[in-house]
Amino acid sequence: MTNYEPVIGLEIHVELKTASKMFCGCPADHFAKKPNTITCPACLGLPGALPVPNKKAVEWTIMLGLALGSTIAEVSKFDRKHYFYPDLPKGYQISQYDQPLCRGGKISTSFGDVRIHRVHLEEDTGKLQHATVNGKKVTLVDFNRSGVPLVEIVTEPDIHSAEAAKEFLKTLHQIVRYLGISDADMEKGSMRLEPNISLRKVGETGLPPYKVEVKNINSFRFAAAAINYEVKRHANILNEGKIPVQETRGWDEARGSTVSQRSKEGAADYRYFPEPDIPPMRCTKSETDAIYKTIPELPKVKLKRFQTQYKLSLSDAIQLTDTGEMADYFEQTLKAAAVLDTPFSAKEFANWIINKKPDINDTKPASLVESMREAKSVVAVSKDALSEIIAKVLLENAKAVSDYRAGRQQSAMFLMGLVRRELPKADTKIILDALKKALEDIQK
Amino acid sequence: MMIDLPIRSIAKKLRSKEMSSVELIEECYERIEKVEPSIHAFITLVDKKDALSRAKAVDSRISSTGSPLAGIPYVMKDAYLTRDVRTTAASKILDTFIPPYSATVHQRLHDAGAILIGKTNMDSWGHGASTENTDYGPTKNPWDTNRSAGGSGGGPAAAVSSRFCSFGIGEDTGGSIRNPAAWNNITAMKVTYGRVSRYGAIAYASSLDTMGPTAKTAADCALVLETIAGHDPYDATSSTRAVEPYSKEMTQSIKGRKIAFPTEFYGEALDSEIREAIREAREVFVSLGAIVEDVSLPLLEYGVPVYYILAPSETSSNLSRYDGIRYGGSRALFTRESKRRIMTGTYALSSGYYEAYYKKAQKVRTVFIQEYQKLLSSYDAILSPVTPMMPTEFGELLDDPMKNMMADLYTGIVNIVGTPSLSLPCGFGKGNLPIGMQLIGSMFSEGSLFTLGHAYQSKTDWHTHLPSIVKS
Repeated sequence: MTNYEPVIGLEIHVELKTASKMFCGCPADHFAKKPNTITCPACLGLPGALPVPNKKAVEWTIMLGLALGSTIAEVSKFDRKHYFYPDLPKGYQISQYDQPLCRGGKISTSFGDVRIHRVHLEEDTGKLQHATVNGKKVTLVDFNRSGVPLVEIVTEPDIHSAEAAKEFLKTLHQIVRYLGISDADMEKGSMRLEPNISLRKVGETGLPPYKVEVKNINSFRFAAAAINYEVKRHANILNEGKIPVQETRGWDEARGSTVSQRSKEGAADYRYFPEPDIPPMRCTKSETDAIYKTIPELPKVKLKRFQTQYKLSLSDAIQLTDTGEMADYFEQTLKAAAVLDTPFSAKEFANWIINKKPDINDTKPASLVESMREAKSVVAVSKDALSEIIAKVLLENAKAVSDYRAGRQQSAMFLMGLVRRELPKADTKIILDALKKALEDIQK
Repeated sequence: MMIDLPIRSIAKKLRSKEMSSVELIEECYERIEKVEPSIHAFITLVDKKDALSRAKAVDSRISSTGSPLAGIPYVMKDAYLTRDVRTTAASKILDTFIPPYSATVHQRLHDAGAILIGKTNMDSWGHGASTENTDYGPTKNPWDTNRSAGGSGGGPAAAVSSRFCSFGIGEDTGGSIRNPAAWNNITAMKVTYGRVSRYGAIAYASSLDTMGPTAKTAADCALVLETIAGHDPYDATSSTRAVEPYSKEMTQSIKGRKIAFPTEFYGEALDSEIREAIREAREVFVSLGAIVEDVSLPLLEYGVPVYYILAPSETSSNLSRYDGIRYGGSRALFTRESKRRIMTGTYALSSGYYEAYYKKAQKVRTVFIQEYQKLLSSYDAILSPVTPMMPTEFGELLDDPMKNMMADLYTGIVNIVGTPSLSLPCGFGKGNLPIGMQLIGSMFSEGSLFTLGHAYQSKTDWHTHLPSIVKS
């Protein structure tokens, strides 16, 4: 058996949540809207209609590029990519070919750096719906999604396992969400994944002579499953001395396998040429700098800061920085706590938020602090009072004490119950600690 | 007839109630009824009742209406979307297309109170120089109905020449406004790329398409351009530069203005009658105090090859939306000429050929722009023929695709460069066939071209001649 190493590059499409579409004034929020209700001459590709680029979408794409460490093009342009498909009303998609807005950059993962090849901006297509109308099987087109701004991120083939791909994707997903440029909601299709997979012999460094693209995957888990499936499939073919067919496949979750969709991908000719309806875009250093300033603290930096500044464990910090909203909530809670003058440490707040999982959209940080103080205040039973009650209980239950001393751990729980009866609101752990200490003292 | 008067005079009379827009429109339809059957300028004529009811409304508020175009009848090349009025681009593919919105140019004219009376004929999708490549039958030249009215906008030119209206709106990608203007003895302005919004005009070749007026005189064209020009948020290529008051500045003297006369333009390729007519026009400019100098502009011969790579490439892309799936007829309905251009363009954009054709043509385009800029930095205008040939008989261009391309010799290059050009009547040849010339200026020099044209038309009367079919 030959040992193979997967060579994986990723293409990720992310829909931007701008107010309007990429090239017209229609609202960009198309999810679950009545079909063909958010359309206009431009996004329907009617005769005479012209595209006018959405400035915000361009800025957000540059922002994502900056967050990934890309070089921003001083001069960029849109191009037409031609192909016929019923969901593409103009017969071409406005995309970017040889002068994308962003080139280069990287995302670091625990498996190593993954270099970014390019980040470009384009428009989304309409959606086909296969339905039965009056007993006839028909295909319907919904153009609500047509023209929604779509960012495409393309990596270098630096990924070598499904797990590494998954980590990269989760990190990218988190960055996009932190930037606030997309919901990146996989279920709604606002983030779509396309791994390009091939295999080479371990020790080789060149690119294999083929690659297989798995299109439009809408979950990290499916992406990992599709990669693992393909890796096995390619290995089998290669072991037979053959080379897998270069093609586009889809992930069939029900069957747990990939399915061939289109082959001879190499023959596709999109007849790219510069979009004459849109003048080239120029981005000056000062414009890029201004966009750079709007980038919020990114997840990796925040994670480190939470660990050092608040003395949080790695796992706590990871949970609290999972989303920008959660991290902000934590820090707002600390601020509220400072105002309200509470004795709790940042770590205690972290634990409280992680364990109690408050609805952060519904619970004001100040009220969270109050409820925590109230809950914790009951343990403020004086040490003397607690010792007194424990001493009394131990004295009245000599049998249980001797049982405990004989090694019957359950007796401690029995005694605990009796103490709790006296102090119903006290913290269990504090009672238990004090009780055990008292029992040990007796043993001595 | 009232419709024979300049727009300014009509506007005055409408305000003094000496005449009404209703009367004017009645007059237009009367002439159309009489002459249109022998010309066939229209694809769709607006219902007379509708035009009259609009005229009546304009009449009732004429004293409070600022625009000189209020109440003035006009036609549009059928490439412009006109809400609720059928728009075909002269192709059966759009035979039943009723646009749900209006082109910016139409909207601006409509808002000014001008009255659309019809959509006029053209080579379908702008593909041609004779209005023979139309699915609605060719438009005949009012000066000789056995000959072509030129193209692609033969319809609007014939309509203005026949005085069916006061002005027409054309669309010029490689000469489609100027060529028919020259063959119909009318005046036309091909504007600077970006001066007038392209929104709602059916695209032929997006980087070359320009929207402009055609009328009896330079003065009338200036009035119309003042209304339709200016930035449009719906067209990213439209200029934000302010629109000059062309008609106000037009009356200046042209003494000392410099006109370039490129000797290469007047070689063997040019019809001798046209050569002679423009040489005489040159003398008129000299008599008006302008300085006309022979210059060399040797790139002309590369204009047609570059044009016939760029325009078909872009049109092959622009026409791909007419797939017949959601609206419109089958792609089989494209004419031979359109199929030829779609095939040529698709080939030129294909991988492996793109560098050799489209990209190279764009590089040559940059050279053209530099050469023209250089020359126009020392001259106010270049005096050029419009067409190399006199109005052709039917079939001449249709049967000879190469000759059809050569019709764009002097005009296509101007679209490649992007500068404005004013086409003016400058004489008649054998058989009383009209001859035109064009003044090509630097970017956004429409004002200066109008001044030159207006001075020329103040000294000559070619533009006042009417075809006999209208006089009788």
